[in-house]
Amino acid sequence: MSAKLPKLPVILIANDLLTGDVVVMGAEGWSRDPFAARIAEDAATAEALDAAGRTEMARNTVVDAYLVAAERRADGLAVPTHFRERFRILGPTVRPDLGKQAEFSRLAARNV
Amino acid sequence: MYRYDEFDETFVRERVAQFRDQVRRRLDGAITEDEFKPLRLKNGLYLQLHAYMLRVAIPYGTLSAHQLRQLAHIADRFDRGYGHFTTRQNIQFNWPQLKDVPEILDLLADVEMHAIQTSGNCIRNVTADQFAGVAADEIEDPRPVAELIRQWSSAHPEFSYLPRKFKIAVTGAAHDRAAVLVHDIGLRIVKDSVGEVGYEIIVGGGLGRTPMIGKVVRDFLPKRELLAYLEALMRVYNAEGRRDNKYKARVKILVHEIGIEEFRARVEAEFAGLDKSTINADPEEQARIAAYFASPTYAALPASDPALEAQCKANPAFSAWLDANRFAHKQAGYAAVTISLKPIGGIPGDISGAQMRVVADLAERFSFGEIRATHAQNLVLPHVAERDLFALWQALGDAELSTANAGLITDIIACPGLDYCALATARSIPIAQALSNRFADPERQRDIGELNIKISGCINACGHHHVGHIGILGLEKRGEESYQITLGGDATENAAIGEILGPGLTAEEVPDAIERLVETYRAERLPGESFIAAVRRLGVAPFKAAFLQETHHAAA
Repeated sequence: MSAKLPKLPVILIANDLLTGDVVVMGAEGWSRDPFAARIAEDAATAEALDAAGRTEMARNTVVDAYLVAAERRADGLAVPTHFRERFRILGPTVRPDLGKQAEFSRLAARNV
Repeated sequence: MYRYDEFDETFVRERVAQFRDQVRRRLDGAITEDEFKPLRLKNGLYLQLHAYMLRVAIPYGTLSAHQLRQLAHIADRFDRGYGHFTTRQNIQFNWPQLKDVPEILDLLADVEMHAIQTSGNCIRNVTADQFAGVAADEIEDPRPVAELIRQWSSAHPEFSYLPRKFKIAVTGAAHDRAAVLVHDIGLRIVKDSVGEVGYEIIVGGGLGRTPMIGKVVRDFLPKRELLAYLEALMRVYNAEGRRDNKYKARVKILVHEIGIEEFRARVEAEFAGLDKSTINADPEEQARIAAYFASPTYAALPASDPALEAQCKANPAFSAWLDANRFAHKQAGYAAVTISLKPIGGIPGDISGAQMRVVADLAERFSFGEIRATHAQNLVLPHVAERDLFALWQALGDAELSTANAGLITDIIACPGLDYCALATARSIPIAQALSNRFADPERQRDIGELNIKISGCINACGHHHVGHIGILGLEKRGEESYQITLGGDATENAAIGEILGPGLTAEEVPDAIERLVETYRAERLPGESFIAAVRRLGVAPFKAAFLQETHHAAA
């Protein structure tokens, strides 16, 4: 069990070991698409996500996995509440042609 | 330029092979991330916000056309078609994949480059004046000694586990363009009373969360004694620098805590006990290194090219570019030229692979194949004949590389900040872009004159904000990005740490606040007085008043 959970709801975010790419934990495992993030609304689910992160790091699939406080938007996207993590799932704000914002059209408007 | 000998070549190739094996073991799961992280950092590989980042060393900022072309190849093949020049004369690739890094390192080794000691608690890439070997005010080219220090410090077994990172800069000129007073060690090449060339050694400067101006630890050190003296100094630091608190682990804290006199005494005691002959470089080896930095074979040219005047008259934009970006060369009929990587509204220090190739081609055509990277995140062609300047300017213009702003208000230093960096607390680049757009008018820039704005996205100060004439530090305040403005910093021989002007601003408030500082200068300046000279004469007070007035206004 982790020391302290961030404010709920949360998602699990990490970097893929091989590529360094930002990934989120979804229903089917890691996904590069932020829309696929599984959103933990309660403490038990959040604990399970956190444990999954530790297991995945031990399995050497990802590095730096941690829970991030997020808010569910109407279209289903879990938007991190902190600007650092918002930038992380989108890409550099100064290069809209790079990162997830360029790859996943639903993020492109950068209205998160 | 320096060329690898068989030892250099073998050393770098072995490191690539070792790292390839380390990556393989990491991907196999044989080593954990905790075990792997120090190994990858020793090879310049970081994990940033969106991806891995590879920092490649450009020793003392000197690059060949051939090397720059290889960097372009790496940018296009393994990255996203661009690279980013840093404030330590290095280049960073922002999107490499871990699996590709050994191959990238091999490509670097093919052109005598590497990423060794661009990170970690070791002696980092040695930096130097970007006009080394070219400047008219130079006693001696600082690059041979920078190369000597590089060789001595690379994988030095005693100094591979220092309390903290260690940065050395060297200048050979009277005017300090290498910021030697804000490095762990700064070396100034000087002459003693009988004309012998040696070094003034400065220690304990630095930026980060505890900015300090370095202090002179040795007025004059004969050239032949350099490595033994550095070894003595590093031993004192290595033994006594703090390892219990990383924020107090730099040599500047040790010097500050025990005082420069005590520090000097300890270094001299250590120095006296060393068998110097086993440490100091063989004069033959020093001469071998120095020979690589001999000037190219210049053509005998008149001091000024008669066609230049007509070209300037017909092309005011060319004339403006010359005024800002041409630097006086020691050789008659030649100039050193700054290629600005600060287009209006652009990302400071970024350059595309295609632009790298253009610069490489132009270096071969016009500058004996040589390029320099500057700590201000620009490039320099160091040896351009005056008669070629117009053709060079036209070719640079075709590649959107002819911005006429070297040293002006839009020549802004900015770290990658929270757009890329995992350590950042706020974004830097958008602030630089907003200011660049605000002061875009070329005439206004010329009227303002020399003004260095330096922006860091966190307290670690990669953007050198403490020594900006105007410094901007991005922080987080109550869940928002907030920017602290400092005034009066200086990175030269008049080194000074800027003073904080008032409460933090939102990103939107920054351009207006900077404009108020600039307008205060314009209203108060004496004829010909630069911004920093005016700040020194007037003190911070009138600027602070202008800064605060409008802030209160906005809050009301």
